[in-house]
Amino acid sequence: MSSHRLNSGGLIERDTPLSFTFDGETFAGFAGDTLASALIANGVRLVGRSFKYHRPRGVMTAGSEEPNALVELRSGARREPNTRSTTAELYDGLVAASQNRWPSLRYDIGAVNDKLSRFLVAGFYYKTFMWPAKFWEMLYEPLIRQAAGLGRAAGMEDPDHYEKAYAHCDVLVIGGGPTGLMAALAAGRAGARVILCDEDFRLGGRLLGERHEIDAKPCVEWVAGVEAELAAMPDVRIMRRTAVTSVFDHGQYAAVERVNDHVAVPPEHEPRQRAWKIVAKRAVLAAGALERPIAFGNNDRPGVMLAGAARTYINRYAAMPGQRLAVFTNNDDGWRTAEDARVAGIEIAAVVDSRSQPPAQFLALGVKAMTGAQVSHVHGGLGVEAIDVIDAGGRTTKIACDALAVAGGWNPAVHLTCHLNGKPVWNEALAAFVPGAMPDGMRVAGAAGGSFKLADCLSEGVAAGTMTAIECGFRIAAIALPNTEDEATAIAPLWHVKDSHAKAFVDFQNDVTTKDIALADQEGFRSVEHLKRYTTLGMATDQGKVSNVSGLAILAEVSGRTIPQVGTTTYRPPYVPVSFGAMSGHHRGKDFRPTRLPPSHQWATEQGAVFVESGQWLRAQYYPRGAEKDWLETVNREVTATRGGVGVCDVSTLGKIEIEGADAAAFLDRVYCNTFSTLPVGKARYGLMLREDGFVLDDGTTSRLAMERFVMTTTTAQAGRVMQHLEFCHQVLWPALDVQMVSVSEQWAQFSVAGPRARDVLRRLVDEKFDLSDKACPYLAAKEIAVGGVAARLFRLSFSGEMAYELAVPARYGDAAMRAIMAAGDEFGITPYGTEALGVMRIEKGHVAGNEINGQLTARDLGLGRMMAKKKDYIGRVMAQRPALLDAERPALVGFKPVDPKARLRAGAHFLKVATANTIDNDEGHMTSVAFSPMLGCWIGLGVLARGPQRTGEHVRAYDPVRNGDVEVEVCDPVFFDPQGARLHG
Amino acid sequence: MRIPCPFCGPRGNEEFTYLGDASVQRPDPSAPAAAQAFHDYVYLRDNPSGLHQEFWYHGGGCHKWLVVTRNTRTHDINDVTFADGGARP
Repeated sequence: MSSHRLNSGGLIERDTPLSFTFDGETFAGFAGDTLASALIANGVRLVGRSFKYHRPRGVMTAGSEEPNALVELRSGARREPNTRSTTAELYDGLVAASQNRWPSLRYDIGAVNDKLSRFLVAGFYYKTFMWPAKFWEMLYEPLIRQAAGLGRAAGMEDPDHYEKAYAHCDVLVIGGGPTGLMAALAAGRAGARVILCDEDFRLGGRLLGERHEIDAKPCVEWVAGVEAELAAMPDVRIMRRTAVTSVFDHGQYAAVERVNDHVAVPPEHEPRQRAWKIVAKRAVLAAGALERPIAFGNNDRPGVMLAGAARTYINRYAAMPGQRLAVFTNNDDGWRTAEDARVAGIEIAAVVDSRSQPPAQFLALGVKAMTGAQVSHVHGGLGVEAIDVIDAGGRTTKIACDALAVAGGWNPAVHLTCHLNGKPVWNEALAAFVPGAMPDGMRVAGAAGGSFKLADCLSEGVAAGTMTAIECGFRIAAIALPNTEDEATAIAPLWHVKDSHAKAFVDFQNDVTTKDIALADQEGFRSVEHLKRYTTLGMATDQGKVSNVSGLAILAEVSGRTIPQVGTTTYRPPYVPVSFGAMSGHHRGKDFRPTRLPPSHQWATEQGAVFVESGQWLRAQYYPRGAEKDWLETVNREVTATRGGVGVCDVSTLGKIEIEGADAAAFLDRVYCNTFSTLPVGKARYGLMLREDGFVLDDGTTSRLAMERFVMTTTTAQAGRVMQHLEFCHQVLWPALDVQMVSVSEQWAQFSVAGPRARDVLRRLVDEKFDLSDKACPYLAAKEIAVGGVAARLFRLSFSGEMAYELAVPARYGDAAMRAIMAAGDEFGITPYGTEALGVMRIEKGHVAGNEINGQLTARDLGLGRMMAKKKDYIGRVMAQRPALLDAERPALVGFKPVDPKARLRAGAHFLKVATANTIDNDEGHMTSVAFSPMLGCWIGLGVLARGPQRTGEHVRAYDPVRNGDVEVEVCDPVFFDPQGARLHG
Repeated sequence: MRIPCPFCGPRGNEEFTYLGDASVQRPDPSAPAAAQAFHDYVYLRDNPSGLHQEFWYHGGGCHKWLVVTRNTRTHDINDVTFADGGARP
């Protein structure tokens, strides 16, 4: 049996022994242990080294507020740094290692920092590492990076998966101790939907560590009874291992459920952790209180722990903090530790009470009591060996002991009440902060509100549960208040022992001492906010749960102010650290965002297409064939084959919006800069949409299928944005217009069939009765047709400049349509082409696309100024006339060819006159799109150049310092191929 | 934050897109000082501490534009109406 395990008692499962390792050594524990309790039971006191001074540290608390006993848990890809051993449930085969020490925990070189501590006081890094300046990059920074941090991240991909979930309820009860249990019971019996959350793996809260009796039975038995009743209620959900971490507006809460932190590997298909968003009409904060220490010399030695935690280890885990325990207290509660230790058979070295008159009931314990006295010093390096006690007369006595329980008072866990900017209020009688203004819908009960007596907790829990249920519209149900004894809870605040000489720690994790607080005040950092940032008190992973109040109280003392005058910093979410895994849920890797697949995706995959991400879409980029050596060869083939015969491209990703109504035409006139009310039925027209600030928003084609029915296309990227804009224009600007619109982007599959043989292909596809002759179906026709009896649409539009048609079929026929097009085109050698070839062809024709519609260019800049109608109002018209947007020097769209025909062009290059300096002042524009043109046999580009159209033939430099490019180019017309547009008409 | 859409009920703010001050009116483009009026309409906004009437678009739901009266300090939402007066579905 482990050296410090009590023979009986505790809530551990003695018939389930477990084995674990710490720093390579194997130990025994039981189910129901935490890693910390099992280490204590095995007599292991030294658990880590502190952050800055590398001082030996042990377990200080029994909960998630632990500042010292942080370990690296697990190994390999699941290794997690900075894990609080006090909340790590023990499982068989658990592997843990101490942190922040080299070469070992016992013999750590970093301990030299403790000797150099006078140079490492608070804020030392503001006064050092400055000279010589060049030492920063090569010496100081690498050194600091090496020394910084505590644990090490795994550095490998997390093999577990995580979930996110939503829950709704009437009453959220935060905390499953006596207060929360009664609140859940009251609300549950009234019929409310209740969610009860507790971060521990058992319900009971503080009761799990105490020996109180409730209704004449041990409190743990009482907990089991309440839990059983709650578990049987269908509308009550108990969530263990679930910490409510954050409060948001309007009754929203975030919580993290540690679904499988307590097993070696999550069962198949189960997540490791689950992040919850809980929407609750009402909430009861029953989060309890956190104990605080007292600051005195060497109060951080292993074996010094909080008195309530000592009781928890004795009562819940049957683990002895030591064999000869001393207690140092400023309040009644510390005596309970001496009492419980006595009952467990642990020797009590002394109880040191700073008050002169502790209650008689405790003096009757028969232990050595030193009243009006304080512990000023702890002896021992790697663990407590003795303490110095200084009495009221100034005499010092040395007392041998191997553990010291410190009781400095209790801080209500007010954190969640501050997440919406509530400020806690100092209560002089309790010597504690209690909640101030509460978040809407939340009420506090029990120790979290400053009620430390069990009887008060139980009654406040009932009241809170009842009130919240009533507020949700339920009727009170009968609930009897359980019986329990009264308790003594008096306190006389003592924050630090002035007679201490050795370091007296306030923030244990960041190694902040009482001297650092005095130094901050001395140097003028007197505000509580400055105290925090200058000393880093409260900034570690424990976020000052055990140190904040003590720190500001000491600052108040040294600076001659009251505690309310100093005030608190702001508690922010999350209450406990949350893993990135939980925050990401399924949004990682390929699933970081949804992937949208065009209807021909499956077919394209069969063809061996290479895909490209286009926003959320995965589009075929090019279709490699045979022994083609690179994408350029493939794309050149696709372009040449399309222009020489026929090609097909899936253009389903474009936005499509149906716009109908008596005022549909008038509406289009107001949102496009050109006119659509004059568009005949059965025709399509290219449209340019501006933003209200006069810059181009989007382009597309809109077709009139009937007098009152239009279908608009948008670019792929702007589909959602344009839909939102149109709905704004209708609902906000012109609600009187009789028009309806609906997005049909996902309802239609659409394919571009382009090239001299395009019509031949379509004749083999489209139902016979539809006349596809040039007369019946001219350039820009828009017709409703049928393919294989399926209603379809045909638009004679051309992005490529070839004779081309866009065929739209309902999306569910998309795959079949692609295969049918390929079959129909087989005898004409139809070639599938992807986004690359699509891009090459539109650049050859000088058509603008996303690179040109970049939100910073106007219609005029893009050479489309003539599209802006003069006689109607439209979005953007007024602002487009701003003098600066009509400036002749503005960059305007032109084409570019390399002077050396073998040179490569790159988009993003900036234009400078030949033989000028490479400065911003000389910048004349930039290259927006480039492509290798198989039709011209060289690279071509589109770009915007100051006064571009007036500079045709001029040579400028395309300067690209990022990729070491400096190419001389000739300014030319942006339409490189078939400038007359003859090919459009077949 | 939860926004009570008059059509869909209270929904998480992730379903909505924010567009800012709803009290600004698109100026009359044919009025004499239209250029200046449009400049102010496009670029200038008040930034009140307290009640603010603002546009939210329920893109993840019914696609209605809403006018929400929200307190910018407390996030309390006092009032929500359809931007088009709820005249049409």
